[in-house]
Amino acid sequence: MIPTLGNFALALALAIAVAQSVVGIAGPMLRDRQILRAAPALAIGQFVMLGLSFLALVWAGVVSDFTVRNVAEYSSSTTPLFYRITGTWGNHDGSILLWCLILSLCGATVGIFGNSIPTSLRSRVLGVLGLVSGGFMAFVIAVSNPFARIWPPPLHGAGVNPILQDPGLAVHPPILYTGYVGFSIAFAFAVAALIEGRVDAAWGRWVRPWALVSWLFLTCGICFGSLWSYYTLGWGGFWFWDPVENVALLPWLTGTALIHSAIVVEKREALKTWSVLLAIATFSLSLCGTFLVRSGLLNSVHAFSASPDQGLFILVLLALTIGGSLLLFAFRAPVLAASGVFAPVSREGALILNNIFLCIIAAVVFTGTMYPPFLALLFNRQISVGAPFYDQAVLPLTAPLILAMAVGPMLSWKRAALLPALTKLWFVAVLALVVFGAFILRGHFVAALGLAGAVWVVMGALVDLAERVRLFRIPLGQSFMRLFTIPRAAIGASLGHLGFGIAVLGIAGMSLQTHTIRVLNPGQSIDLGGYNWKLIAIKPATGPNYSARDATIEVSRNGHLVQILHPETRYFTDQKVKTVAAAIRSNGVRNLFATFAGDNNSGGGEFRFNIHPLAPEIWLGGLIMALGGAISLTDRRFRVGAPVRSRLRRPSGSATV
Amino acid sequence: MSLSRRMMFGLPLLVVGVGGVGFYELLRRMQTGSYNPQAFDNPLVGHDVPDFTLTGVDGKEGFDKKLLAAQTRPVLVNFFASWCVPCAGEAPYLDRLAKSGVDIWGIAYQDKPEAIGLYLAKYGNPYARLAADPSGRTAINWGVYGVPESFLIAPGGKVVWHVAAPLVPEVIDDQLRPALRRLA
Repeated sequence: MIPTLGNFALALALAIAVAQSVVGIAGPMLRDRQILRAAPALAIGQFVMLGLSFLALVWAGVVSDFTVRNVAEYSSSTTPLFYRITGTWGNHDGSILLWCLILSLCGATVGIFGNSIPTSLRSRVLGVLGLVSGGFMAFVIAVSNPFARIWPPPLHGAGVNPILQDPGLAVHPPILYTGYVGFSIAFAFAVAALIEGRVDAAWGRWVRPWALVSWLFLTCGICFGSLWSYYTLGWGGFWFWDPVENVALLPWLTGTALIHSAIVVEKREALKTWSVLLAIATFSLSLCGTFLVRSGLLNSVHAFSASPDQGLFILVLLALTIGGSLLLFAFRAPVLAASGVFAPVSREGALILNNIFLCIIAAVVFTGTMYPPFLALLFNRQISVGAPFYDQAVLPLTAPLILAMAVGPMLSWKRAALLPALTKLWFVAVLALVVFGAFILRGHFVAALGLAGAVWVVMGALVDLAERVRLFRIPLGQSFMRLFTIPRAAIGASLGHLGFGIAVLGIAGMSLQTHTIRVLNPGQSIDLGGYNWKLIAIKPATGPNYSARDATIEVSRNGHLVQILHPETRYFTDQKVKTVAAAIRSNGVRNLFATFAGDNNSGGGEFRFNIHPLAPEIWLGGLIMALGGAISLTDRRFRVGAPVRSRLRRPSGSATV
Repeated sequence: MSLSRRMMFGLPLLVVGVGGVGFYELLRRMQTGSYNPQAFDNPLVGHDVPDFTLTGVDGKEGFDKKLLAAQTRPVLVNFFASWCVPCAGEAPYLDRLAKSGVDIWGIAYQDKPEAIGLYLAKYGNPYARLAADPSGRTAINWGVYGVPESFLIAPGGKVVWHVAAPLVPEVIDDQLRPALRRLA
């Protein structure tokens, strides 16, 4: 009963989306105020219906309704409640429903909080959103319906994929999808602007907070994904350049470019056409990220199994969305007149440099990801593009980005002098060179480069912040007070750069990792990285739906006990799958990492031990970046909204979503 | 507005259009089965096995390329090792395959004779012939990427199928059996 209601709510949501797109896009031409007001209401209605539909699916999972195929295939009676809920989006059909839900949430948010946007622009934005969401709901209903029934129902379900039974996975897809889908708002603004034929400073001001929200969610989502693969897959790596990771990185790169170029639109009314194109590209790449993977075209560990007719449906949808918006761009972009003149050395110039390099990196990653399938298509040759290519290609492109990152924020708009900015940074440069020298003497070229870059960016961001609060030039107390009076966007930007630098620090530290693979019997020990790793015992253990072999490893340094690690191998009885649960202990600046590959015949087992210097900083940096985005969002100019519509000012805080 | 500037704005559409056509073609080939992105193919597939001569285990006779090529029935060559846990996992399925009449020749990769003996005593010996590759040189020439890995050799010595994974029932039913049927 409940799943049927869910299916019905889904169909209703589709009907509402169709109405929303028609009313939203045609409405502004009719010059009828009543019709213009309908779009936000429809957007909210669509969200409510999809929300009910999604809840119905969660309900089916919670009560283990095995007549629903989705539940029967991806859940079982032995699955713990938590994973029965998260399992809803741990599979193909359910995750697309979640995707649609978040898309409708975006529309509803614009409908509720977009009062400062001119009514006709908002109507068009909602119309475009309705069009996109209608297309994907049609996909869900036609070829990928999570409410499809089977009869007779099985007694037990097949169960959740053991690798996905992890708290990290509960939060990873919703956050990542919010990031992906959030860019639909920037996309809708871009398309609406192309329809209207007008992009001005106000447009930049409206688009940037939405882009910023999606960017910070995408940053968090990528962070969680990387963290998850670090501790679940047991390889001790944080980024594998797997196609699925790459397609998440692509919108992040162009999205980062967008939040920078939108500043130029807002402050200087330049880079307008470019920003519109970036907004379209970012959402297009998000779409590719979600859907290309599902068509099974890319060879990846994350691949969802999807039928070929789904692949074709997806391709048609992508063609309509991306092709349609780019067609509009080709015809309407020349209308957007450029203004705002500036010298190459200026804040704008630095932001353009940032955009160029981010987009080149995106192009490189895109090429690497798409090269294997297209080579197979054109020349019938099979190759795989792996980490060495990306490492070699991306590293040199990141270097100028990092160099410019510390200098850029210190340049003034329009025209700037490089020398004053550099004099503020001379001791940072000396520090970076010292770090570089120290590590190059030990023969770690890549690590030396990475650590020096990290020091440069981190210290550069701190110097920038110190300059803004006039540290040591006015009394300390006053400097502290200034932290609260300077624009939050400036603090957010500094934090964003700081977080990036810290992440680079972690990545560079990881290149210094040491590891060994060894067979140990109880009582035996090995030395690695100044630590002594001793196997005490291997014991059986049980979990809610798996049995495990649990090893006790004592890690000591100079005879003092540092940590006791418990790596496990788990055997999931329902799926007959073995997984490796790594044991990780962190002290904030290095991780001890142990995995247990399995017993041998003589009571011992095969182990892998790693020491990952600075590894926690990778994710800490990512979270600081996201925090920077969040602080930037609380900036006064976003809170207050655009000056044109000050009449509709609402209580502060409500617009900070 | 000059024409070249207008063309520039159409460039993104062109790129996406070309990409879209490419993806359509890939999808079509996936449907017809002529393209499989998940396949991890060994370059040997479709070619003759490289030259090799391997000694047997515990004084028994080994085999070489000539002997392998001279067979009149297809041979499944299975690289394994006593220290490899997934190999023990595929052992019961190999046994079943051998009992169903498939010729399986084993190559013990980087292993000691006494360890091989213990392993076969414990997990059963499905191998019609058994050779040792203690240095791993032959495995490298075959492009072996890890153990277990199996190659199906047609009469005459041509590699017709390959898998870099344990021979679990799904692989046997979906891939190996059809390959054997094509040879019959």
